[in-house]
Amino acid sequence: MTGRAVNNTIQTDDSPDLDWYIDRIVQVLMFIGGISAIVLIIGIFIFVTREGISFIFNDLDFAEFFASPRWRPTSEWRATYGILALIVGTASITGLAMMIAIPFSLGSAIFISEFATGKYKEYLKVLVELLAAIPSVVWGFIGLTIMNPLIIQIFNVPVGLNVLNAGLILGLMAAPIITSIAEDALKAVPDGFREAAEAMGATKWQVIYKVVLPAAKNGLLGAVLLGVGRGFGETMAVLMASGHAINLPENIFDSVRALTATIAAELGETAVGSVHYQSLFTIGIFLFLITFMINLTADLVVRGVKKG
Amino acid sequence: MVNPSQDAPAQAKNKKVLIENLEIKYGDTVALTDVNLDIEANEIYGIIGPANSGKTSFLNCINRMDDMRPNMSTTGRVWFNGIDVTNWRNLYSLRRQIGVVFPLPVGLPLTVYNNVALAPQLSGINKKADLDEIVERCLRRAALWDEVKDRLDSLGSLLSGGQQQRLTIARALSQEPDLLMLDEFSIAVDPVTTMRIEDVLKELKKEMTIILVTNLVQQAQRLADRTAFFLNGRMVEMGKTEDLFAGKVQHQETLDYIEGRFG
Ligand SMILES: Nc1ncnc2c1ncn2[C@@H]1O[C@H](COP(=O)(O)OP(=O)(O)O)[C@@H](O)[C@H]1O
Ligand SMILES: [Mg+2]
Repeated sequence: MTGRAVNNTIQTDDSPDLDWYIDRIVQVLMFIGGISAIVLIIGIFIFVTREGISFIFNDLDFAEFFASPRWRPTSEWRATYGILALIVGTASITGLAMMIAIPFSLGSAIFISEFATGKYKEYLKVLVELLAAIPSVVWGFIGLTIMNPLIIQIFNVPVGLNVLNAGLILGLMAAPIITSIAEDALKAVPDGFREAAEAMGATKWQVIYKVVLPAAKNGLLGAVLLGVGRGFGETMAVLMASGHAINLPENIFDSVRALTATIAAELGETAVGSVHYQSLFTIGIFLFLITFMINLTADLVVRGVKKG
Repeated sequence: MVNPSQDAPAQAKNKKVLIENLEIKYGDTVALTDVNLDIEANEIYGIIGPANSGKTSFLNCINRMDDMRPNMSTTGRVWFNGIDVTNWRNLYSLRRQIGVVFPLPVGLPLTVYNNVALAPQLSGINKKADLDEIVERCLRRAALWDEVKDRLDSLGSLLSGGQQQRLTIARALSQEPDLLMLDEFSIAVDPVTTMRIEDVLKELKKEMTIILVTNLVQQAQRLADRTAFFLNGRMVEMGKTEDLFAGKVQHQETLDYIEGRFG
């Protein structure tokens, strides 16, 4: 029988063979790859913490840091390090951005996943990916040169670099990212669910509303949270479009300043090791913790960890 | 209720389903051709045949799921209650009259309760008391109530395979269907549950018409009043189940398949 010839090489003792070594080597390589990512993250965190730690222990006044809107690190007379205005700036921009981005993104994700078909669907997906790839400085540029005069003209306000401008820009930036992740979440809903519901006589919209969205809700929430994380971390566009003025905004036409933009704008002008330098790193730690928490929540939500 | 079409052939008005010269294609490939059959009200109509013989495609034509498959095209006529479904415009109203049970249980990502309450909700029943009543009645009829009555709020997908399949039957019943179509429902179900479901079907037959596509020849023998044999995209023959299983067949292939001498 010819079939038996193949089996001649079967090994009967337990000594390692070539496949065994290759498997070992691949395992080690994978381990190094995985561990280096973790080491890198921890390394960055240690670096940022080390630069800011002396400020935290020696100069930081917690009440002033979180509750004072006065960020005057370079004052000759009396330097103050209050980041409240920066937190409010970042939060207001991100909040507005999400109010704009979430409905648009979920809408387009639903459209792409549930309604668009064939080539049309592929084109739309490529388009969304392209939008997501626009560098943030380009968005900032749009905010500065297009939105700024438009806002001044339409709303008849003195400055067009404000919460509205930065929120719009950030919303436009976050939308394609949220769309793309949300679309993945919808795509992951098995077609069997849709068919079962349609076979019951559910209309297209009923299928989406009653079956697809509930099934994808963790993924969708994750997409939104990642968008929020993106908003908190975004720097360049926000720096260019927000007006970069330390201010507790009263409405969306006030200029504000964001946490990230403050670091970007000031770090280059400080002496390494100075209190100002260290205070910027402390803001960095704060941002790091916030985005870490948002991403962690997003991750847990996507994996469907529930309360009970 | 729509009135029977004017041009319906006389016999279409007396049958639950009447199929004339049905042919199904996917792209240019013919999946099923030359099907002519009729299904009486309140009978269990069995369809047997090997994989890929066109059974599922056939079911998809009756509740017009071809509408969701861009590459699927059909010719011929399908009459349901004397109405031509191939020209039916509001497919949602057609599908609400036809319950479907799929080969692998599709527990929707909802609670047990909502799996069964969904269809009534879709058709506008929203009172909690009404829904409670429907859910309990359908779960009882699907022989599932006793096992799930304490966990109505847990996810349907957490039930065992056999329970999920009975859940899909309860869900199909919640539509109060006129026609129930089961597609190889026992494929992922243990023999004991299969027998329980078979008993349920015998009861349901009093109230509705059932099309039973099955991979188990004996299941057709146990349940079906009449049985059709599909092979390679054709309906080879159909007749009274007892006749077929007594060997009164017109085609040798039918006998070979029934007696397991196939392939
Ligand atoms: N969506 C589809 N696209 C293309 N071909 C299909 C599709 N569904 C079924 N077919 C083909 O049609 C034939 C009949 O399939 P099906 O109706 O599923 O048979 P059965 O249910 O008897 O196993 C098979 O050859 C199958 O490959
Ligand atoms: Mg099938």
